[in-house]
Amino acid sequence: MTDNLLEAIGLQKSFGALKVAQDVTLRLRPGERHALIGPNGAGKSTLLNCLVGKLIPDTGSVMFDGQSVLGRKPYEINQMGISRVFQTPEIFGDLSVQENMMIPCFAKRDGAFQMNALTAMSSQRDVIEKAEEMLVEMKLADKRHMHAASMSRGDKRRLEIAMCLSQDPRLLLLDEPTAGMARADTNNTIDLLKQIKDERDITIAIIEHDMHVVFSLAERITVLAQGTPLVEDTPDNIKGHPKVREAYLGESQDAA
Amino acid sequence: MKITVSSTGLSALDRPRMPMIALVVFALALAVFFVFPDRLSLAAYIGIFALFALSLDLALGMAGIVTLGHAAFFGVGAYTAGWLALAGWQEPITGVVISGLCAAALAGALGPFILRLTGLPLVMVTLAVGVFLFEAANKLTWLTGGDDGLYGMTFSPVLGIFEWSIYGTTDYLYVLAWLALAFYGCHRLTTSNFGLALRGVRENRLRMSLLGSSVLAQLTLAYALSAFIAGVAGALLAQTSEFVGLEVLSVEKSIDVLVILVLGGVGHLYGALLGAPVYLLIKDMSKEWNPHAWMIIIGFMLVFVMLVARGGIHGVLHKVIERSRGKLPNGEPR
Repeated sequence: MTDNLLEAIGLQKSFGALKVAQDVTLRLRPGERHALIGPNGAGKSTLLNCLVGKLIPDTGSVMFDGQSVLGRKPYEINQMGISRVFQTPEIFGDLSVQENMMIPCFAKRDGAFQMNALTAMSSQRDVIEKAEEMLVEMKLADKRHMHAASMSRGDKRRLEIAMCLSQDPRLLLLDEPTAGMARADTNNTIDLLKQIKDERDITIAIIEHDMHVVFSLAERITVLAQGTPLVEDTPDNIKGHPKVREAYLGESQDAA
Repeated sequence: MKITVSSTGLSALDRPRMPMIALVVFALALAVFFVFPDRLSLAAYIGIFALFALSLDLALGMAGIVTLGHAAFFGVGAYTAGWLALAGWQEPITGVVISGLCAAALAGALGPFILRLTGLPLVMVTLAVGVFLFEAANKLTWLTGGDDGLYGMTFSPVLGIFEWSIYGTTDYLYVLAWLALAFYGCHRLTTSNFGLALRGVRENRLRMSLLGSSVLAQLTLAYALSAFIAGVAGALLAQTSEFVGLEVLSVEKSIDVLVILVLGGVGHLYGALLGAPVYLLIKDMSKEWNPHAWMIIIGFMLVFVMLVARGGIHGVLHKVIERSRGKLPNGEPR
């Protein structure tokens, strides 16, 4: 299959003697919502880190839309169209929500963030309006003057997703977006991600432990255990898969 | 080590024109010229340190580069100005610019290596660079005069008109002009998208690079700009005192400037303008009071700022102004 948006093939990564990824393969089809599940230490976050250039795998290849990602700097990979949302929201804590939103808009418009020290920001209406548009869309507009650090966790997450979306990425990677959230916030996030998918042409890959989230969102699922992918299939087939049960429950049983 | 800088009073949408408070500060500084005509040498010295602290605010307050070696750039600026004058280049303004460029070149060369670091390793490496330069200057007596310093230099009148005087009248106005120019430049920078990018880098380098922004390039540029201003301050010290002593490169200078900035308030540019006069005047007075124990006063002052006035003098002033306007601290109208 050459029409995959992202193909990570044969990734291996060791930290010293610890092999965290062995022969990991991940294929993402354009426009799908793909979940990565697996017990702790299965190598899910390592895989994401390899995709955005935070880690460099020991062997293997990562192709995004026909171009190799390996060897590129994180900011170059972002410019290719990959955005990442972290387990703990990575936002600019001391800046206002509005300023948080303006940074990705500038970065998107000016490539590597043109270092123009003389043009006043207040005169660049296009960026301000784009930021405002995103804030309204993500229902953050009434918090625009708030200190980003003083927002609730759910709002921080929404802000981070908004920042990533404002750059119109082609692939959005999410690392446990609902970890530590209350059920209501979790459901809001699910709705938000569904809505993103419906309104934009974005491929989403999501790491998640909460099976409620996984099964309400994912169209395909890859299960990782101990650094290797076990299966890749549709949610219905994954539910009863014996290997998956084994990985999660730690013993081999006949699935009745 | 994460430095906490509060952006109170800074907004991405500020207009690039000079804000009221800066105009008031410079008006006061100009008034000093008429009110204390016999203390202008000290006033010029204070202005130079305000400029030096302003340069540190660009690196530390804006870009989050925690450094204990900023005197390296101050010193390089001072020595360059001295060498230029001794070699016969006595025109002061071009001398200052060349000195600033030399300091910026050093920062531009160091930046790509040391700015990959953060926190304590960064502090230690900047400190090491500072100590290295100090010791090098100490040993290379044929170049720097070593412990005796560089002396015997003269400068031509500013713009060919204003003669240097022993009362420091020209010195003070000359320094004040450079300070105003640098402050305006820095203010323009903070209200530009580069300024916003720097604050983004300060807050979260990872997020910044994953938003498609080359963090190292931005840090290096900020470091070089900051070094340029520090070099200008150093050159001004050389020109106004017609002497370059070894202490321009000392770690003590790096610490002095950091204390000035923390005292005045980090991250708003005003901190430098407010901290320098307060720190240096208190230092001056407490030295008169007791030449041995003056550090105690400075120490108490720092403890006080850390305990009750985290934002420094600027932070306190800002709170008072906001209260009087009936605003809550987070900027929401009451």
